[in-house]
Amino acid sequence: MSWLKQSATDTQITHGARLWLYVVAVLVMVWLVIPTLLVIPMSFSASQYLEFPPREWSVRWYKSYFNSTAWMQATVTSLKAGVLTALLATPLATMAAYGLHVSRLRHANLLLMLLLTPMVVPVILIGIGVFYAYVKLKLVNSMLGLVLAHSMLAIPVVMLVVASALKSFDLDQELVARSLGASRIKAFWMVTLPQIKFSVVTGAVLAFLTSFDEIIVSLFVSGGDNSTLTRNMFNALRDQVDPTIAAISTLIVLATTVLLVITQYVGRGK
Amino acid sequence: MSDLPNALALQRNALWERLGLASLVMPALLLIVITMLLPVCWLFYLSVLSDAGAFSLEHYQRMWEQPSYGRTFLTTFRVSLLTTGICILLGYPLAYFLSELPKRAANLCMVAVLLPLWTSLLVRTYAWLVLLQRRGLINNWGIELGLWDEPLTLVHNLAGTLIGMVHVMLPFLVLPLYASMRAIDRNYLRAAANLGASPLRSFWLVFFPLALPGLSAGVLIVFILCLGFYVTPAVLGGGKVIMVSSRIANDIEIFFNWGAASALGVVLLVLTALLILGTARLTRLGNIMPSGGRP
Repeated sequence: MSWLKQSATDTQITHGARLWLYVVAVLVMVWLVIPTLLVIPMSFSASQYLEFPPREWSVRWYKSYFNSTAWMQATVTSLKAGVLTALLATPLATMAAYGLHVSRLRHANLLLMLLLTPMVVPVILIGIGVFYAYVKLKLVNSMLGLVLAHSMLAIPVVMLVVASALKSFDLDQELVARSLGASRIKAFWMVTLPQIKFSVVTGAVLAFLTSFDEIIVSLFVSGGDNSTLTRNMFNALRDQVDPTIAAISTLIVLATTVLLVITQYVGRGK
Repeated sequence: MSDLPNALALQRNALWERLGLASLVMPALLLIVITMLLPVCWLFYLSVLSDAGAFSLEHYQRMWEQPSYGRTFLTTFRVSLLTTGICILLGYPLAYFLSELPKRAANLCMVAVLLPLWTSLLVRTYAWLVLLQRRGLINNWGIELGLWDEPLTLVHNLAGTLIGMVHVMLPFLVLPLYASMRAIDRNYLRAAANLGASPLRSFWLVFFPLALPGLSAGVLIVFILCLGFYVTPAVLGGGKVIMVSSRIANDIEIFFNWGAASALGVVLLVLTALLILGTARLTRLGNIMPSGGRP
C-alpha cells in the first residue's frame, strides 16, 4: 500500500494519515444517496410489506397507482398547479429581477428583501396565513388559490436565478440596440432575453418543482377535487405505510431527474 | 445657461424612466404582499385578540404559564441544536474532502450532495420510514450481522426524527461550507507549514478561520430551517416529537384556535428574525441563499 505513504498535499500529510477522512466522506455520501435509490427496487416488490431485497418482483403497486382515481386526480392537480405556477411566477420574477437590476433605485435592497421574504418566513406560518386569507376570500380548495400561493413561494427562487444571470450580462448591449432605434421593450426582447434565456428556463423548471414538491401550504389550502399529490402522500404516510407510495416516489424521482438533466443538457448546448 | 431647461427635462425623463423600470417589480411584490405579508400581519393581529374579540395578551400569557408550551419550545431547540451539531460533524469532513479533490472529481461527488436536494422531501421521508421501521432494512441487517438482538425502535421517536432531519439539512450546510473552503488559497497552508506549523496547527490557525464564513452561513440556515420544520418531525416523530410547527398545525386542524396558533407563529417568526439579524454581522446574507436551492 505505497499510496498510503504518498503525501496528499504539499505539506507533511500522507494519504494514510487522511484515511479516516476518506472513509467518513464516502460513508456520508453513500448515506445521502442510498435512501432515495433503495425506494426504486422496493417499489417493485410483490409483498404487502416493504422489504429489501424483494423476494418476488411485480408491478402491482404501479397498477394500484394508475388504477386509483384519487391518485390520478391528485397527480393531474399537481401537474396543473406546477405548470401554471411556472407560467405565472417566471414572468413576474423575471420582470422584478430586471427592474431591480436596471433601475438602480436607492431602496433596491429593501425591495429585494421584501421579495425574498417567502424564503425566510417559516413555511408553517405562511401556510396558516394563506389559509386564513383564503377562508375569507373563498379561495380554499381552488386551483387559482393554490397557484397564487405557490407562485408567491416560487418568485424568490426564480428571481435569484435570473438576477445572477443579469449580473454577468453586459447591459451596454441593450444601450447599443436602443441607439440603433429599438424601443426599450424590443431591446430587452431581442438582445437581453435571448442571452439570459437559459437562466429563465432554469427558473421556470425550479418554479414548477417548487409547486410540485410543496407540502405545507398545499396541506392547508388544497382539498377535495383539487387535492395535490403531496397532500395525499403526506396523509397516507401519517396513517400507514402503503407500498403504492413507493411506486409514486420512484416515478417522481425519475421524472425530476429527467427534467433536470434535460435542463442541464440544453444549457450546456449553449 | 441656455441648456438648463434641457438638462432639467432630461433629468426628469431619467427619473421617470427609472421609476417606470422600478414598477416592473410591482406585480411580483403585489402577489407577495397579498398572499403572504398581509395574512401574516393579520395573524399578528389575531394573536392579540381574546376569544371574545377584545385586545388581550392571553394567548401569550398562556404560552408563558402552561408548561406544555415550554416543553414544545425546548423540544424544538433541542432537536434543532442536535440536528445542526450532527450536520457539522458529518458535513465538515465531507466539505473538506470535496474541497481537496480535483475540480472534476469534486463536481462528480457533488451529485451525491445535490441528489437529496432534487428529490422530493416526501420521497426521502418515506424512504427513511421504510428503512427504519421495526421490520425494516436497518433492523434486519443489524440483527443478521449480530449487532443487536431485538429490533430497535428507530422510527416514531427522537432518533428517527434526527436521522431524517440531518439527511434533509446536510446539503444546506455542505454547499456554503464547500464554496468557502474551495476559495481558500492553499498557499497560506504551505506558508504555515513552511514556517513550522504542524498540520493540525495550520488547520486550526489558518484553514478553519478562513472557512468560518461558510460554516456560520451553513449553520445559520440549517438552524433556521430546523426551527420551522414540519414534515419530517410530523412523519418520523410519530407524535412523540412535538415541535412548534406541529403544534401550530394541530391548533388549527384540531382545535380551530387561531389565536393560539398565531401567537405561536409570531414567537417563531420573531425568534427566526432575531437569529438572522443577530448574526447578520457574522454572516453576509448572500452566503445563506444557496443558488436555486429548494428548502
